[in-house]
Amino acid sequence: MRIPCPICGTRDRREFYCQGDAVMLDRPAPDAEPEVWDGYLHLRENPAGVTRDLWYHSYGCGSWIVVTRNTVTHEILGAVLVTEAQDAA
Amino acid sequence: MRFSGWRILKEGLTGNKGWVPHWRDPEPKSEYDVLIIGGGGHGLSTAYYMARDHGITNVAVLEQGYIGGGNVGRNTTIVRANYGLPGNSEFYSHSLKLWEGMEQDLNLNTMHSQRGIINLFHSDGARDAAARRGNAMINQGDDAILLDREGVREHAPYLDFENSRFPVYGGLYHPRGGTARHDAVAWGYARGADMRGVDIIQNCEVTGIHIEHGVVKGVQTSRGAIRAKKVGIVVAGRSGQVAAMAGMTLPIESHVLQAFVSEGLKPCIDTVLTFGMGHFYISQSDKGGLVFGGDIDFYASYAARGNLPAMEHVMAAAMTLMPMIGKAKLLRSWGGIMDMSPDGSPIIDKTHIDGIFLNCGWCYGGFKAVPGSGSAFSHLMATGNYHPAATRYRLDRFRTGHGIMDEEATGSQHNLH
Repeated sequence: MRIPCPICGTRDRREFYCQGDAVMLDRPAPDAEPEVWDGYLHLRENPAGVTRDLWYHSYGCGSWIVVTRNTVTHEILGAVLVTEAQDAA
Repeated sequence: MRFSGWRILKEGLTGNKGWVPHWRDPEPKSEYDVLIIGGGGHGLSTAYYMARDHGITNVAVLEQGYIGGGNVGRNTTIVRANYGLPGNSEFYSHSLKLWEGMEQDLNLNTMHSQRGIINLFHSDGARDAAARRGNAMINQGDDAILLDREGVREHAPYLDFENSRFPVYGGLYHPRGGTARHDAVAWGYARGADMRGVDIIQNCEVTGIHIEHGVVKGVQTSRGAIRAKKVGIVVAGRSGQVAAMAGMTLPIESHVLQAFVSEGLKPCIDTVLTFGMGHFYISQSDKGGLVFGGDIDFYASYAARGNLPAMEHVMAAAMTLMPMIGKAKLLRSWGGIMDMSPDGSPIIDKTHIDGIFLNCGWCYGGFKAVPGSGSAFSHLMATGNYHPAATRYRLDRFRTGHGIMDEEATGSQHNLH
Protein backbone atom coordinates (compact mmCIF):
# COMPACT_ATOMS: atom_id res chain seq x y z
CA MET A 1 0.00 0.00 0.00
CA ARG A 2 1.42 3.37 -1.08
CA ILE A 3 -0.10 6.67 0.01
CA PRO A 4 0.20 9.88 -2.03
CA CYS A 5 1.23 12.50 0.52
CA PRO A 6 0.25 15.91 -0.88
CA ILE A 7 3.60 17.33 0.22
CA CYS A 8 6.09 14.45 -0.16
CA GLY A 9 4.57 12.47 -3.02
CA THR A 10 3.78 8.76 -3.04
CA ARG A 11 5.32 7.00 -0.07
CA ASP A 12 5.28 3.54 1.50
CA ARG A 13 2.50 2.83 4.01
CA ARG A 14 5.18 2.21 6.66
CA GLU A 15 5.83 5.97 6.88
CA PHE A 16 2.26 6.66 8.04
CA TYR A 17 0.26 6.16 11.20
CA CYS A 18 -3.44 5.41 10.68
CA GLN A 19 -5.61 7.25 13.21
CA GLY A 20 -8.98 6.00 11.95
CA ASP A 21 -12.17 7.29 10.35
CA ALA A 22 -12.11 10.92 9.19
CA VAL A 23 -15.29 11.48 11.23
CA MET A 24 -12.77 12.56 13.87
CA LEU A 25 -12.35 15.88 12.02
CA ASP A 26 -15.92 16.79 12.97
CA ARG A 27 -15.38 17.26 16.67
CA PRO A 28 -18.65 18.28 18.39
CA ALA A 29 -18.99 21.34 20.59
CA PRO A 30 -18.07 20.69 24.24
CA ASP A 31 -21.70 21.10 25.31
CA ALA A 32 -23.16 18.92 22.53
CA GLU A 33 -25.62 16.19 23.51
CA PRO A 34 -24.20 12.82 24.66
CA GLU A 35 -25.68 11.20 21.53
CA VAL A 36 -23.57 13.49 19.36
CA TRP A 37 -20.41 12.64 21.27
CA ASP A 38 -21.33 8.94 21.09
CA GLY A 39 -21.55 9.24 17.31
CA TYR A 40 -18.23 11.04 17.10
CA LEU A 41 -16.28 8.71 19.39
CA HIS A 42 -17.87 5.33 18.75
CA LEU A 43 -20.38 4.93 15.93
CA ARG A 44 -18.98 4.17 12.48
CA GLU A 45 -20.55 3.82 9.04
CA ASN A 46 -17.87 1.16 8.52
CA PRO A 47 -18.35 0.98 4.75
CA ALA A 48 -17.33 -2.01 2.64
CA GLY A 49 -16.15 0.21 -0.19
CA VAL A 50 -14.97 3.81 -0.36
CA THR A 51 -14.04 5.38 2.96
CA ARG A 52 -12.14 8.44 4.21
CA ASP A 53 -9.67 8.12 7.01
CA LEU A 54 -7.10 10.13 8.83
CA TRP A 55 -3.40 9.37 8.47
CA TYR A 56 -0.32 11.04 9.96
CA HIS A 57 2.90 11.16 7.94
CA SER A 58 5.01 10.40 10.97
CA TYR A 59 8.18 9.34 9.11
CA GLY A 60 7.84 12.09 6.51
CA CYS A 61 6.67 15.70 6.63
CA GLY A 62 4.51 15.32 9.75
CA SER A 63 1.29 16.29 7.97
CA TRP A 64 -2.14 15.03 8.87
CA ILE A 65 -3.90 13.91 5.71
CA VAL A 66 -7.31 12.60 4.71
CA VAL A 67 -6.97 9.51 2.53
CA THR A 68 -9.84 8.32 0.34
CA ARG A 69 -9.54 4.62 -0.35
CA ASN A 70 -11.46 1.39 -0.90
CA THR A 71 -11.68 -0.95 2.09
CA VAL A 72 -12.45 -3.97 -0.10
CA THR A 73 -9.66 -3.64 -2.67
CA HIS A 74 -7.12 -1.52 -0.70
CA GLU A 75 -7.03 0.85 -3.68
CA ILE A 76 -5.97 4.40 -2.74
CA LEU A 77 -8.16 6.96 -4.51
CA GLY A 78 -6.61 10.18 -3.27
CA ALA A 79 -5.22 12.17 -0.37
CA VAL A 80 -5.46 15.80 0.72
CA LEU A 81 -4.10 17.74 3.67
CA VAL A 82 -6.50 17.94 6.61
CA THR A 83 -6.46 21.73 6.32
CA GLU A 84 -7.62 21.49 2.69
CA ALA A 85 -10.32 18.97 3.62
CA GLN A 86 -11.61 21.31 6.32
CA ASP A 87 -11.54 24.33 3.98
CA ALA A 88 -13.52 22.35 1.41
CA ALA A 89 -16.13 21.30 3.97
CA MET B 1 -25.25 -40.40 13.53
CA ARG B 2 -23.21 -40.93 16.70
CA PHE B 3 -19.45 -41.33 16.70
CA SER B 4 -17.81 -44.01 18.86
CA GLY B 5 -14.90 -46.40 18.80
CA TRP B 6 -17.27 -49.25 17.92
CA ARG B 7 -18.70 -47.26 15.03
CA ILE B 8 -15.25 -46.60 13.58
CA LEU B 9 -14.38 -50.31 13.92
CA LYS B 10 -17.62 -51.37 12.26
CA GLU B 11 -17.28 -48.86 9.42
CA GLY B 12 -13.66 -49.89 8.92
CA LEU B 13 -14.73 -53.51 8.50
CA THR B 14 -17.63 -52.71 6.17
CA GLY B 15 -15.94 -50.40 3.70
CA ASN B 16 -16.88 -47.10 5.37
CA LYS B 17 -20.23 -47.15 3.55
CA GLY B 18 -22.32 -46.08 6.55
CA TRP B 19 -21.10 -42.50 7.00
CA VAL B 20 -23.58 -39.81 6.09
CA PRO B 21 -23.33 -36.00 5.89
CA HIS B 22 -23.05 -34.34 9.29
CA TRP B 23 -26.02 -32.09 8.71
CA ARG B 24 -28.94 -31.79 6.30
CA ASP B 25 -29.13 -29.29 3.45
CA PRO B 26 -32.73 -28.10 3.82
CA GLU B 27 -34.65 -25.60 1.74
CA PRO B 28 -35.57 -22.59 3.86
CA LYS B 29 -39.11 -22.64 5.20
CA SER B 30 -41.27 -19.53 4.93
CA GLU B 31 -41.33 -18.98 8.69
CA TYR B 32 -39.28 -19.81 11.80
CA ASP B 33 -39.52 -18.87 15.46
CA VAL B 34 -35.93 -17.68 15.44
CA LEU B 35 -33.52 -16.71 12.67
CA ILE B 36 -29.79 -16.51 13.26
CA ILE B 37 -28.01 -14.42 10.63
CA GLY B 38 -24.49 -15.77 10.36
CA GLY B 39 -23.38 -19.41 10.37
CA GLY B 40 -20.01 -18.85 12.00
CA GLY B 41 -18.92 -20.30 15.30
CA HIS B 42 -21.05 -17.88 17.33
CA GLY B 43 -24.18 -18.27 15.20
CA LEU B 44 -23.95 -22.06 15.21
CA SER B 45 -23.36 -22.27 18.95
CA THR B 46 -26.27 -19.87 19.50
CA ALA B 47 -28.54 -22.20 17.52
CA TYR B 48 -27.17 -25.25 19.35
CA TYR B 49 -27.73 -23.87 22.86
CA MET B 50 -31.10 -22.43 21.78
CA ALA B 51 -32.19 -25.99 21.06
CA ARG B 52 -30.32 -27.74 23.87
CA ASP B 53 -31.00 -25.37 26.77
CA HIS B 54 -34.24 -23.65 25.77
CA GLY B 55 -36.00 -26.30 23.67
CA ILE B 56 -36.49 -23.89 20.76
CA THR B 57 -35.86 -25.91 17.62
CA ASN B 58 -37.87 -24.10 14.94
CA VAL B 59 -34.69 -22.19 14.17
CA ALA B 60 -32.73 -21.46 11.00
CA VAL B 61 -29.12 -20.37 10.70
CA LEU B 62 -28.62 -18.31 7.52
CA GLU B 63 -25.09 -18.40 6.15
CA GLN B 64 -24.02 -16.36 3.13
CA GLY B 65 -21.15 -18.71 2.30
CA TYR B 66 -20.47 -22.18 3.67
CA ILE B 67 -20.08 -23.51 7.20
CA GLY B 68 -16.49 -23.08 8.39
CA GLY B 69 -15.63 -20.59 5.64
CA GLY B 70 -15.50 -17.46 7.77
CA ASN B 71 -13.52 -16.43 10.82
CA VAL B 72 -14.22 -19.71 12.63
CA GLY B 73 -12.02 -21.39 10.01
CA ARG B 74 -9.49 -18.55 9.78
CA ASN B 75 -8.29 -18.01 13.35
CA THR B 76 -5.33 -19.18 15.42
CA THR B 77 -7.49 -21.45 17.61
CA ILE B 78 -6.53 -20.20 21.07
CA VAL B 79 -8.81 -20.94 24.02
CA ARG B 80 -8.32 -19.13 27.34
CA ALA B 81 -9.98 -17.41 30.29
CA ASN B 82 -7.37 -14.90 31.43
CA TYR B 83 -9.20 -11.59 31.50
CA GLY B 84 -8.86 -9.02 34.25
CA LEU B 85 -12.02 -6.93 34.32
CA PRO B 86 -15.42 -7.79 35.81
CA GLY B 87 -17.75 -8.44 32.90
CA ASN B 88 -15.10 -10.19 30.85
CA SER B 89 -13.80 -12.41 33.70
CA GLU B 90 -17.04 -14.22 34.41
CA PHE B 91 -17.93 -14.51 30.73
CA TYR B 92 -14.70 -16.14 29.60
CA SER B 93 -14.70 -18.34 32.70
CA HIS B 94 -18.17 -19.57 31.69
CA SER B 95 -16.98 -20.12 28.13
CA LEU B 96 -13.93 -22.12 29.18
CA LYS B 97 -16.09 -24.42 31.31
CA LEU B 98 -18.25 -25.08 28.24
CA TRP B 99 -15.10 -25.84 26.25
CA GLU B 100 -14.13 -28.42 28.85
CA GLY B 101 -17.36 -30.34 28.32
CA MET B 102 -17.69 -29.67 24.60
CA GLU B 103 -16.33 -32.89 23.10
CA GLN B 104 -18.59 -35.14 25.18
CA ASP B 105 -21.51 -32.81 24.69
CA LEU B 106 -21.12 -32.59 20.90
CA ASN B 107 -19.96 -36.22 20.51
CA LEU B 108 -17.15 -34.94 18.29
CA ASN B 109 -13.41 -34.71 18.75
CA THR B 110 -12.69 -30.98 18.56
CA MET B 111 -9.09 -31.68 19.61
CA HIS B 112 -9.37 -29.29 22.52
CA SER B 113 -5.90 -29.36 24.03
CA GLN B 114 -5.33 -27.66 27.38
CA ARG B 115 -1.63 -27.23 26.81
CA GLY B 116 -1.47 -23.97 28.76
CA ILE B 117 -0.74 -20.39 27.85
CA ILE B 118 2.17 -18.27 29.04
CA ASN B 119 1.93 -14.47 28.76
CA LEU B 120 5.53 -13.25 28.94
CA PHE B 121 6.62 -10.08 30.72
CA HIS B 122 9.81 -8.08 30.43
CA SER B 123 9.98 -5.58 33.31
CA ASP B 124 9.22 -5.31 37.03
CA GLY B 125 6.17 -3.17 36.31
CA ALA B 126 4.83 -5.74 33.87
CA ARG B 127 5.39 -8.45 36.50
CA ASP B 128 3.18 -6.49 38.91
CA ALA B 129 0.50 -6.19 36.22
CA ALA B 130 0.73 -9.93 35.52
CA ALA B 131 0.41 -10.73 39.23
CA ARG B 132 -2.66 -8.51 39.44
CA ARG B 133 -4.24 -10.15 36.43
CA GLY B 134 -3.40 -13.60 37.80
CA ASN B 135 -5.11 -12.71 41.08
CA ALA B 136 -8.18 -11.55 39.16
CA MET B 137 -8.24 -14.90 37.34
CA ILE B 138 -7.91 -16.82 40.61
CA ASN B 139 -10.65 -14.71 42.21
CA GLN B 140 -12.84 -15.67 39.27
CA GLY B 141 -12.17 -19.34 40.04
CA ASP B 142 -9.81 -19.95 37.14
CA ASP B 143 -6.15 -20.86 37.29
CA ALA B 144 -3.06 -18.69 37.11
CA ILE B 145 0.56 -19.25 38.13
CA LEU B 146 3.21 -16.54 38.16
CA LEU B 147 6.39 -17.98 36.66
CA ASP B 148 9.85 -16.51 37.15
CA ARG B 149 12.47 -16.64 34.42
CA GLU B 150 13.54 -20.19 35.32
CA GLY B 151 9.91 -21.26 35.38
CA VAL B 152 9.48 -20.01 31.83
CA ARG B 153 12.74 -21.67 30.80
CA GLU B 154 11.36 -25.08 31.81
CA HIS B 155 8.51 -24.63 29.31
CA ALA B 156 10.34 -22.75 26.58
CA PRO B 157 14.12 -23.04 26.75
CA TYR B 158 14.50 -21.69 23.20
CA LEU B 159 13.50 -18.10 23.98
CA ASP B 160 16.06 -15.28 23.84
CA PHE B 161 16.01 -14.73 27.61
CA GLU B 162 18.82 -12.16 27.52
CA ASN B 163 17.36 -10.08 24.71
CA SER B 164 18.73 -6.56 25.11
CA ARG B 165 15.39 -4.77 24.63
CA PHE B 166 12.94 -7.34 26.01
CA PRO B 167 14.72 -9.70 28.43
CA VAL B 168 12.31 -12.36 29.70
CA TYR B 169 11.54 -11.67 33.37
CA GLY B 170 8.88 -14.35 33.65
CA GLY B 171 5.37 -15.19 32.56
CA LEU B 172 1.79 -15.57 33.72
CA TYR B 173 0.92 -19.24 33.18
CA HIS B 174 -2.70 -20.25 32.59
CA PRO B 175 -2.62 -24.08 32.53
CA ARG B 176 -6.26 -24.56 31.44
CA GLY B 177 -5.71 -22.44 28.36
CA GLY B 178 -4.80 -24.08 25.07
CA THR B 179 -5.95 -24.67 21.53
CA ALA B 180 -8.63 -26.57 19.60
CA ARG B 181 -9.37 -27.73 16.07
CA HIS B 182 -11.34 -24.73 14.82
CA ASP B 183 -13.06 -26.45 11.88
CA ALA B 184 -14.26 -29.26 14.12
CA VAL B 185 -15.80 -26.72 16.47
CA ALA B 186 -17.87 -25.31 13.59
CA TRP B 187 -18.80 -28.77 12.37
CA GLY B 188 -19.64 -29.98 15.87
CA TYR B 189 -22.02 -27.14 16.63
CA ALA B 190 -23.57 -27.33 13.16
CA ARG B 191 -24.13 -31.06 13.53
CA GLY B 192 -25.38 -30.74 17.10
CA ALA B 193 -27.87 -28.03 16.14
CA ASP B 194 -29.02 -29.96 13.07
CA MET B 195 -29.58 -33.12 15.13
CA ARG B 196 -31.92 -31.10 17.35
CA GLY B 197 -33.95 -29.86 14.39
CA VAL B 198 -32.26 -26.56 13.50
CA ASP B 199 -32.11 -25.83 9.75
CA ILE B 200 -28.65 -24.81 8.61
CA ILE B 201 -29.05 -22.95 5.33
CA GLN B 202 -25.85 -22.25 3.44
CA ASN B 203 -25.40 -20.02 0.38
CA CYS B 204 -28.21 -17.86 1.72
CA GLU B 205 -27.38 -14.16 1.84
CA VAL B 206 -29.60 -11.85 3.87
CA THR B 207 -30.37 -8.83 1.69
CA GLY B 208 -32.88 -6.98 3.84
CA ILE B 209 -34.60 -6.96 7.22
CA HIS B 210 -38.36 -6.48 7.36
CA ILE B 211 -39.42 -4.19 10.20
CA GLU B 212 -42.92 -2.81 10.83
CA HIS B 213 -43.57 -0.16 13.49
CA GLY B 214 -40.41 -1.02 15.37
CA VAL B 215 -41.06 -4.77 15.37
CA VAL B 216 -39.11 -7.26 13.26
CA LYS B 217 -41.19 -9.40 10.92
CA GLY B 218 -38.53 -11.35 9.05
CA VAL B 219 -35.76 -11.06 6.49
CA GLN B 220 -35.29 -11.04 2.74
CA THR B 221 -32.66 -13.42 1.44
CA SER B 222 -31.14 -14.55 -1.82
CA ARG B 223 -33.35 -17.64 -1.39
CA GLY B 224 -36.61 -15.81 -0.68
CA ALA B 225 -38.32 -14.02 2.19
CA ILE B 226 -38.43 -15.71 5.60
CA ARG B 227 -40.71 -14.59 8.44
CA ALA B 228 -39.61 -14.73 12.06
CA LYS B 229 -40.46 -13.20 15.43
CA LYS B 230 -36.86 -13.03 16.56
CA VAL B 231 -33.72 -12.33 14.54
CA GLY B 232 -30.17 -12.53 15.88
CA ILE B 233 -27.39 -10.73 14.02
CA VAL B 234 -24.09 -12.60 14.54
CA VAL B 235 -21.97 -11.65 11.56
CA ALA B 236 -18.63 -10.43 13.01
CA GLY B 237 -16.83 -8.25 10.46
CA ARG B 238 -20.01 -7.78 8.41
CA SER B 239 -21.98 -6.39 11.38
CA GLY B 240 -22.02 -2.87 9.93
CA GLN B 241 -23.70 -3.93 6.68
CA VAL B 242 -26.33 -6.18 8.27
CA ALA B 243 -27.16 -3.68 11.02
CA ALA B 244 -27.57 -1.00 8.32
CA MET B 245 -30.39 -3.15 6.87
CA ALA B 246 -32.16 -2.54 10.18
CA GLY B 247 -31.32 1.17 10.06
CA MET B 248 -28.68 0.91 12.77
CA THR B 249 -25.18 2.37 12.95
CA LEU B 250 -22.92 0.36 15.25
CA PRO B 251 -19.89 1.20 17.36
CA ILE B 252 -17.91 -1.21 15.20
CA GLU B 253 -15.10 -0.79 12.69
CA SER B 254 -13.92 -3.74 10.58
CA HIS B 255 -10.20 -4.42 10.36
CA VAL B 256 -8.04 -7.12 8.81
CA LEU B 257 -5.94 -9.38 11.04
CA GLN B 258 -3.34 -11.65 9.52
CA ALA B 259 -2.21 -15.08 10.69
CA PHE B 260 0.67 -17.29 9.61
CA VAL B 261 1.61 -20.96 9.50
CA SER B 262 5.07 -22.42 9.02
CA GLU B 263 5.94 -25.70 7.35
CA GLY B 264 5.30 -28.76 9.52
CA LEU B 265 8.01 -29.34 12.11
CA LYS B 266 8.66 -31.93 14.77
CA PRO B 267 7.16 -30.99 18.16
CA CYS B 268 9.05 -28.03 19.62
CA ILE B 269 6.47 -25.68 21.19
CA ASP B 270 4.17 -27.51 23.59
CA THR B 271 2.30 -24.50 24.98
CA VAL B 272 0.88 -21.21 23.74
CA LEU B 273 3.26 -18.28 24.12
CA THR B 274 2.33 -14.62 23.94
CA PHE B 275 4.86 -11.84 23.57
CA GLY B 276 2.68 -8.82 24.21
CA MET B 277 5.47 -6.29 23.78
CA GLY B 278 5.90 -7.46 20.21
CA HIS B 279 2.19 -8.09 19.53
CA PHE B 280 3.17 -11.69 18.82
CA TYR B 281 1.82 -15.06 19.88
CA ILE B 282 2.53 -18.62 18.78
CA SER B 283 1.55 -22.23 19.22
CA GLN B 284 2.19 -25.44 17.30
CA SER B 285 -0.60 -27.34 15.62
CA ASP B 286 -0.96 -31.09 15.89
CA LYS B 287 0.18 -31.30 12.25
CA GLY B 288 3.42 -29.59 13.30
CA GLY B 289 2.96 -26.16 11.76
CA LEU B 290 3.85 -23.18 13.89
CA VAL B 291 0.69 -21.04 14.05
CA PHE B 292 1.34 -17.42 14.89
CA GLY B 293 0.09 -13.91 14.49
CA GLY B 294 0.33 -10.34 15.64
CA ASP B 295 -1.55 -7.10 15.50
CA ILE B 296 -4.19 -5.94 13.03
CA ASP B 297 -3.02 -4.06 9.94
CA PHE B 298 -4.40 -0.91 11.61
CA TYR B 299 -6.56 0.53 8.81
CA ALA B 300 -10.22 -0.36 8.22
CA SER B 301 -10.44 -3.23 5.74
CA TYR B 302 -12.77 -5.86 4.30
CA ALA B 303 -10.12 -7.34 2.02
CA ALA B 304 -9.54 -10.60 3.99
CA ARG B 305 -5.87 -10.20 3.12
CA GLY B 306 -3.30 -7.96 4.71
CA ASN B 307 -0.24 -6.10 3.59
CA LEU B 308 3.47 -6.73 4.00
CA PRO B 309 4.27 -4.18 6.77
CA ALA B 310 2.16 -6.04 9.33
CA MET B 311 3.69 -9.33 8.20
CA GLU B 312 7.18 -7.86 8.51
CA HIS B 313 6.38 -6.68 12.03
CA VAL B 314 5.19 -10.14 13.08
CA MET B 315 8.30 -11.82 11.64
CA ALA B 316 10.56 -9.30 13.40
CA ALA B 317 8.80 -9.96 16.71
CA ALA B 318 9.14 -13.71 16.18
CA MET B 319 12.87 -13.39 15.54
CA THR B 320 13.24 -11.16 18.62
CA LEU B 321 11.53 -13.64 20.91
CA MET B 322 12.75 -16.97 19.52
CA PRO B 323 15.62 -16.74 17.04
CA MET B 324 15.25 -20.45 16.25
CA ILE B 325 12.14 -19.64 14.23
CA GLY B 326 14.39 -18.18 11.54
CA LYS B 327 15.17 -21.76 10.47
CA ALA B 328 11.52 -22.45 9.64
CA LYS B 329 9.92 -21.61 6.32
CA LEU B 330 6.64 -19.72 6.20
CA LEU B 331 4.06 -21.89 4.50
CA ARG B 332 1.07 -19.58 4.16
CA SER B 333 -0.66 -16.52 5.55
CA TRP B 334 -4.18 -15.19 5.42
CA GLY B 335 -6.41 -12.46 6.80
CA GLY B 336 -9.76 -12.34 8.53
CA ILE B 337 -12.12 -9.41 9.12
CA MET B 338 -12.43 -8.40 12.76
CA ASP B 339 -15.35 -6.50 14.28
CA MET B 340 -13.39 -4.04 16.41
CA SER B 341 -15.31 -2.31 19.22
CA PRO B 342 -14.32 0.99 20.90
CA ASP B 343 -13.34 -0.67 24.20
CA GLY B 344 -12.12 -4.04 22.94
CA SER B 345 -15.01 -5.90 24.58
CA PRO B 346 -17.99 -7.46 22.81
CA ILE B 347 -21.70 -6.65 22.61
CA ILE B 348 -24.47 -9.19 23.38
CA ASP B 349 -27.67 -7.23 23.66
CA LYS B 350 -31.17 -6.40 22.53
CA THR B 351 -31.62 -3.48 20.15
CA HIS B 352 -34.17 -0.68 19.96
CA ILE B 353 -36.08 -2.81 17.41
CA ASP B 354 -38.35 -5.35 19.06
CA GLY B 355 -37.15 -8.86 18.18
CA ILE B 356 -33.72 -7.92 16.82
CA PHE B 357 -30.75 -9.01 18.89
CA LEU B 358 -27.10 -8.17 18.35
CA ASN B 359 -23.92 -10.15 18.97
CA CYS B 360 -20.68 -8.52 17.76
CA GLY B 361 -17.54 -6.65 18.74
CA TRP B 362 -15.36 -9.70 19.38
CA CYS B 363 -12.31 -7.93 17.98
CA TYR B 364 -9.70 -10.65 17.41
CA GLY B 365 -10.73 -12.78 20.39
CA GLY B 366 -13.88 -14.45 19.18
CA PHE B 367 -12.79 -18.07 18.88
CA LYS B 368 -12.45 -18.84 22.59
CA ALA B 369 -15.83 -17.18 23.12
CA VAL B 370 -17.71 -19.46 20.72
CA PRO B 371 -19.41 -21.60 23.41
CA GLY B 372 -19.98 -18.78 25.90
CA SER B 373 -21.30 -16.42 23.26
CA GLY B 374 -23.80 -18.97 21.97
CA SER B 375 -24.87 -19.84 25.50
CA ALA B 376 -25.36 -16.20 26.51
CA PHE B 377 -26.92 -15.03 23.25
CA SER B 378 -29.42 -17.90 23.08
CA HIS B 379 -30.34 -17.22 26.71
CA LEU B 380 -31.02 -13.56 25.91
CA MET B 381 -32.98 -14.36 22.75
CA ALA B 382 -35.02 -17.13 24.36
CA THR B 383 -35.80 -15.56 27.73
CA GLY B 384 -35.38 -11.83 27.18
CA ASN B 385 -33.03 -11.74 30.18
CA TYR B 386 -29.27 -11.38 30.26
CA HIS B 387 -27.29 -14.53 30.98
CA PRO B 388 -25.64 -14.19 34.43
CA ALA B 389 -22.19 -14.44 32.79
CA ALA B 390 -22.94 -11.75 30.19
CA THR B 391 -24.82 -8.96 31.95
CA ARG B 392 -22.32 -6.23 31.07
CA TYR B 393 -22.04 -6.58 27.29
CA ARG B 394 -24.51 -3.77 26.76
CA LEU B 395 -24.80 -1.84 23.52
CA ASP B 396 -25.57 1.42 25.33
CA ARG B 397 -22.39 1.45 27.42
CA PHE B 398 -20.64 3.62 24.84
CA ARG B 399 -23.35 6.26 24.87
CA THR B 400 -23.77 6.34 28.65
CA GLY B 401 -20.12 5.75 29.51
CA HIS B 402 -21.29 3.28 32.15
CA GLY B 403 -19.68 -0.15 32.06
CA ILE B 404 -16.91 0.38 29.52
CA MET B 405 -14.57 -2.64 29.63
CA ASP B 406 -11.25 -1.47 28.21
CA GLU B 407 -8.80 -4.21 29.22
CA GLU B 408 -5.79 -2.41 27.78
CA ALA B 409 -6.92 1.12 28.68
CA THR B 410 -6.20 2.44 25.20
CA GLY B 411 -9.35 4.56 24.94
CA SER B 412 -12.10 4.97 22.40
CA GLN B 413 -10.20 4.17 19.24
CA HIS B 414 -11.29 1.02 17.45
CA ASN B 415 -7.92 0.07 15.99
CA LEU B 416 -6.08 0.26 19.34
CA HIS B 417 -7.81 -2.77 20.86
